[in-house]
Amino acid sequence: MIFEGTAFKYGRDVDTDVIIPARYLNTHDPDELAAHCMEDIDKEFVDRVQPGDIIVAEENFGCGSSREQAPVAIKAAGVSCVVAASFARIFYRNAINIGLPILVCPEAAGDVQSGDRLSVDLDKGEVVNLTRDKVYQADRFPDFMQEIVAAGGLMAHVKKRTQSGGENA
Amino acid sequence: MAGPMTITEKILARACGQESVQPGDFVNARLDLALANDITAPLAIKEFEAAGMTRVWDPEKVVLVCDHFVPNKDIKSAEQAMLVREFARRQGLANFFDVGRMGIEHVILPEKGLVVPGDVVIGADSHTCTYGALGAFATGVGSTDLAAGMATGEVWLRVPETIRFNYEGEPGRYVTGKDYILYTIGLTGVDGALYEAMEFGGGAIRALSMDGRFTMCNMAIEAGGKNGIIEPDAITEEYCRGRALREPVMMKSDAGAEYARVIDIDVSSIELQVARPHLPSNTVPATELSELKIDQVVIGSCTNGRIEDLRMAAEVLKGSKVHPDVRTLIFPGSQLVYQQAMKEGLIDIFIEAEVAVSTPTCGPCLGGHMGILAAGERCISTTNRNFVGRMGHTESEVYLAGPYVAAATAIAGTIAVPEEVLA
Ligand code: SF4
Repeated sequence: MIFEGTAFKYGRDVDTDVIIPARYLNTHDPDELAAHCMEDIDKEFVDRVQPGDIIVAEENFGCGSSREQAPVAIKAAGVSCVVAASFARIFYRNAINIGLPILVCPEAAGDVQSGDRLSVDLDKGEVVNLTRDKVYQADRFPDFMQEIVAAGGLMAHVKKRTQSGGENA
Repeated sequence: MAGPMTITEKILARACGQESVQPGDFVNARLDLALANDITAPLAIKEFEAAGMTRVWDPEKVVLVCDHFVPNKDIKSAEQAMLVREFARRQGLANFFDVGRMGIEHVILPEKGLVVPGDVVIGADSHTCTYGALGAFATGVGSTDLAAGMATGEVWLRVPETIRFNYEGEPGRYVTGKDYILYTIGLTGVDGALYEAMEFGGGAIRALSMDGRFTMCNMAIEAGGKNGIIEPDAITEEYCRGRALREPVMMKSDAGAEYARVIDIDVSSIELQVARPHLPSNTVPATELSELKIDQVVIGSCTNGRIEDLRMAAEVLKGSKVHPDVRTLIFPGSQLVYQQAMKEGLIDIFIEAEVAVSTPTCGPCLGGHMGILAAGERCISTTNRNFVGRMGHTESEVYLAGPYVAAATAIAGTIAVPEEVLA
């Protein structure tokens, strides 16, 4: 899978409260959530983001609460992929489970500026900065997680495993 | 032959039916409990049903608690809670806790004996790590993980490396588990334990009450940890007596177990701590902030909403009134905590001090309801997060502390330690 889009660059410790503030958690509708995505850290994000754009951040992206509404809001806002120097644990799991592509790439996190055009190759684990003509190497998913992603998310993966008996186990 | 293992590794090995596991292994662990709340359950239910699942794996072991936005704060949250209620009834869940029966999830699950030592628990709530205080493996997950857990009774996990924290020495007067953990997060930073287990031990932990231990494990996630854990001992056993619904399996780390790091902390040098905005790791001694005016004080939450926390607050507030410019809110963590506080006369002390006492709820902790801050307002809170906008407006501020400092501040109107307000 290859994505191309414009980078939105953020710093370290971007927490789930700024990705989607709790005051909007009285709904689980993806489009409503997307309308408030990143609102408390970047008011213009929602107006400027275009389908396919890419969030790039420094260490510990998605720290804080377990709210899956955070990756859901990012995905529904049209973001194709999140690239960060590191991800908070629960956010990392949630993103994989709901099928939001993410890449751990400290090199890109240190170099990319907001507005750069990026192309991300998930299978190769490669981020290309088209604006600066640079290539950054990212970590690939462990095989175990590739399986989940390939199945189309965790529930599809579970369904495959439990289907033999008809009803779920 | 299995080599020496940490308690976290031992619990996970047992739960996946292996003799041993190592950090970095991916395992499918059997669950003893799967938890969600009124914010995370709706998404999990949607995923569960969209995948064509009809029955949860065990109606005794799926626990749903409505605690974040209840009593329903608005129409939308009423609709979300309704979804949870209907699912619980449809599935015949034995452990569904709603208004009147509920408390904050991480207070009531241990209180009701639903979590016991040796368990593997996932919860669609990041502070599920609280239960590590009982010597269980407990970690927060998202709604989809929870949906899969509800369907299969299993969870995939990467066995974490463990950081061992040894706390030794005699703590100063008024220094509590909250000060230990804030101090520790100040050392590690908010991602210093990313993906790792935080094992708390040493003489000062063995001397700590169960309530203090819950407070510490509760905040493991604030250092990025996968779980916090304390080896069970006589205090754990005493807590489980008469309440554990299953036979506890008390495990300990083996001598010679391998740790990613070992950090020694002398608690006699820890002063009363406050975490400044906007990260729990921004800790300083409370005495360095004594000029700071405060508009609101919140005492409660899954971090510090247990009976011992209320006793600390009452010890400071007894016979005083809170500062006229301060709004003080106390949220007992459960109905049982509320009732116990009433029996002990703590609620009288609070009301006479002009404190508002609420039914259990997460309320302002996550900026949900009942104590939202306006732009420019400042709150000191016994909760666990002080992110931008956590309790309201993005230009409001949250300072984190333990109940002693919060109560002293309520009286002083500026950040204070108990010695300053107790004659
Ligand atoms: S009290 Fe606060 S931290 Fe604890 S479960 Fe509720 S919202 Fe989360």
